[in-house]
Amino acid sequence: MPHDWLWETVRLLLYLVGLIGFAAFNAAYLSLLERKEPAWFQLRRGPTEAGPLGLLQPVADGIKLLGKQLLVQGGADVLLFKIAPVAVVIPSIMCLVLIPFSETMGARDISLGLLAVYSFAAINVLATMLGGWASHNKYSSIAAARVVAQNIAYEIPLLLVIIALVMVTHTFDLREIVAQQAGGFWNWNVLRFGASPLMPLAFLIYFICMLAEANRAPFDMVEAESELIAGAFTEYSGMGFGLFFIAEYVNVVVGSSIGAVLFLGGWHCPFGLLPGLHWFLIKLYLLCFAVIWVRWTFPRTQIYGLLNLSWKVLIPLALAHLIVTAVTVKLV
Amino acid sequence: MSIDDQSIHAETFILNLGPQHPATHGVLRIKLTMDGEYIVDAEPVIGYGHRMHEKMGENRSYAKFLPNASRMDYVGALLNTHCHVAAVERLAGITVPERAEFIRVITAELNRVSSHLLWMGAFLVDLGAFTPLLYTFDDREDILDLLESITGSRLTYCYYRFGGVCNDIDDDFIAGTRSFIERMRSRMPMYHSLVTENIIFRKRCEGIGGVPAETCRRYGATGPVLRGSGVCYDVRRNEPYSVYPLFDFSVPVYPEGDCMARYRVRMDEIVESLRIVEQALERIPAGPVMAEKVPLILKPARGECYFNVEAARGSFGMRIVSDGLDAPYRLKVRSPCFSNFSLFRECVRGTLLADALAFLGSLDLVIPEIDR
Amino acid sequence: MKSDLRSYLKEIIGGSISLLTGMWITLRQSFRKPVTVSYPYRTLKLPERFRGHIELKADEQGWAKCVVCMACQKACPSFCIKVNGYKPAGMPRKVATIYILDFTTCSLCGLCVESCRFDALMFSREYNLASFRKEDYVMDMLERLRRRRICRP
Repeated sequence: MPHDWLWETVRLLLYLVGLIGFAAFNAAYLSLLERKEPAWFQLRRGPTEAGPLGLLQPVADGIKLLGKQLLVQGGADVLLFKIAPVAVVIPSIMCLVLIPFSETMGARDISLGLLAVYSFAAINVLATMLGGWASHNKYSSIAAARVVAQNIAYEIPLLLVIIALVMVTHTFDLREIVAQQAGGFWNWNVLRFGASPLMPLAFLIYFICMLAEANRAPFDMVEAESELIAGAFTEYSGMGFGLFFIAEYVNVVVGSSIGAVLFLGGWHCPFGLLPGLHWFLIKLYLLCFAVIWVRWTFPRTQIYGLLNLSWKVLIPLALAHLIVTAVTVKLV
Repeated sequence: MSIDDQSIHAETFILNLGPQHPATHGVLRIKLTMDGEYIVDAEPVIGYGHRMHEKMGENRSYAKFLPNASRMDYVGALLNTHCHVAAVERLAGITVPERAEFIRVITAELNRVSSHLLWMGAFLVDLGAFTPLLYTFDDREDILDLLESITGSRLTYCYYRFGGVCNDIDDDFIAGTRSFIERMRSRMPMYHSLVTENIIFRKRCEGIGGVPAETCRRYGATGPVLRGSGVCYDVRRNEPYSVYPLFDFSVPVYPEGDCMARYRVRMDEIVESLRIVEQALERIPAGPVMAEKVPLILKPARGECYFNVEAARGSFGMRIVSDGLDAPYRLKVRSPCFSNFSLFRECVRGTLLADALAFLGSLDLVIPEIDR
Repeated sequence: MKSDLRSYLKEIIGGSISLLTGMWITLRQSFRKPVTVSYPYRTLKLPERFRGHIELKADEQGWAKCVVCMACQKACPSFCIKVNGYKPAGMPRKVATIYILDFTTCSLCGLCVESCRFDALMFSREYNLASFRKEDYVMDMLERLRRRRICRP
């Protein structure tokens, strides 16, 4: 039917616009939270001047970034240098398209949603690497090399945990995964001891890998400001830098959403009451809060410390979890 | 990982660390020859903050150099000033009233604590943790307030005079210092569980930036760097000056020689300094704070003297040669940071960039003191 | 081998505990009141001995107490004080006609105030000095004194 087809297109476009707005809003206000939250931890006040309680600070930041000249330094690969910030934002927003926000909300459900999310997430690495490489700056080049090593190391435990989860849920469909966790918090995957007693550990591994994938401290080897100045983003000015900045926060949002969907029951209430979007958002922002909390508490890891953690701790634990899950699934 | 000769000839590149880099406190440039992320060679380029302090000292009367001394190592300004006034006093044969010496010890030790606190925060920023910096600044703020209440300024104090100090301390200061000692002691466990025991911090410090005691000796490294390499040498203990022999304190020594050892030495020194301040506050005698009959314009007899003190970063010394006129004929400063930093090039070879920066941070450099 | 495994597991568990302790500490701190002061709206009390730049003091008749003994000019390490004056008829002492502080080179050491034996100098309590022009910091102390209180030449 032509009408259905048209309606679906319009709906998708509307959702896309909405999601870009959601992403931009989140990037803006997570950046405010990123300044307010450490202020609480550090007995400061954080931004207070722009608007009431500093709520307009992201607007001021945005205007400042927009007002800056976009410089391309000599020796840079101009095309790649300009593509990279865009290429880093788009996949992050694409991931948002696939996330079921509530029972009725969600841009597109596809049966292989989980796989699609991680295929898009992988582009991110490539784009960051391109940006670092095209900058023609030694600090950026080092960061470009680091980002690849780091993401390869952390994709493995991440995917091992996901595979184990899929073995339990029997589906890649994110909506279906959430639907299975209906009821109370005891039905959430993070506490699904029936499938594997190591489920909370799996969630922890997921959380650590998410930090590493989003290049968040203590795994921010790509920016490492006390080592590499601003790493891959050193040469970017104005909105070029702004897009990397947005992408970082959208990645946090995507990572936290997937965490909420896979492990924390998505839109379901912990006590089986009133499921809906608000529960999803609460879980999402609690995870975001934790991400920022971790950043402002710990020192940065060393690059080999990071690889050691992945190869010597996370991957063995994830494999153990996978085996335990496989055995339980087979037996039960 | 060691770098053999083969790989030095392999493709290396030069990385300019500084003079504007977040981790080079002040203005320091290090020309790094890198093989990937491994450092093949590190050539320090110093002198960006050169202000000719020594020459300035030779061109002006003794008293006019007083503000300069605090501007070399501005983080531990009183300790430098202590060295300067004590050197001139020795040269001119001025005896200082005991109360003034006690006040000098109290303020200098408080300054040492504030210097170590600042170092700890800055070191953790080098390692990528920002929050401890703000906590240490919170504590340091108390010291600055205390010192401001008696010296009048917060950073570049000009407080000691030849023959004493310019202001006496009051009861508010004594009470404030006592409560600060309590507060600082109650904060130490927090720092230990937030920082010292943190696994990431330990991984980044233990076994990183190893400096053997022999290397320290060759380069003349002193202070926490030397004590972190297992050599028990503290000017306050080995060549006692002022009223330090009256106090009971221990000299923390750790044999490992890595960043962690230097960190632990400084943390323990904070506790020891608090002990010294506490004892000094209890035993401070009454009396004048300024020697009588110090001439307005000093003209020490011909001769020379060398005086060194244990500054926050090591042995800070001044050699002053007098030709009998009102300005020194020669004034030479021995800066502990210069010697401590000299061993960087040798010890950093073959380490990773991030480890090198942790090592650099753990040396506690104040670059303007190197450049003078 | 067994002890290797044990130390490996010990490190993981100990490390995780240390990380959780750290997070607990920062969380606990976040419930304390901020220690900072919202500066332009609220300021801290300056200590009595605060060393700002210098100001001239006036005597009861409103004359600057300065007797142009030049001690401050001689004591200044950065040569930033310029004093000049004359002895008017009928006055027991000299009066200053020029007293200029070049604040751009002043290092706030306070040696001038200390050198003054006539109690004619004091520290200003001004600290938030800012300007785009260097000339604003070549301060005419007599002018400032005049502005503070009506003062004869």
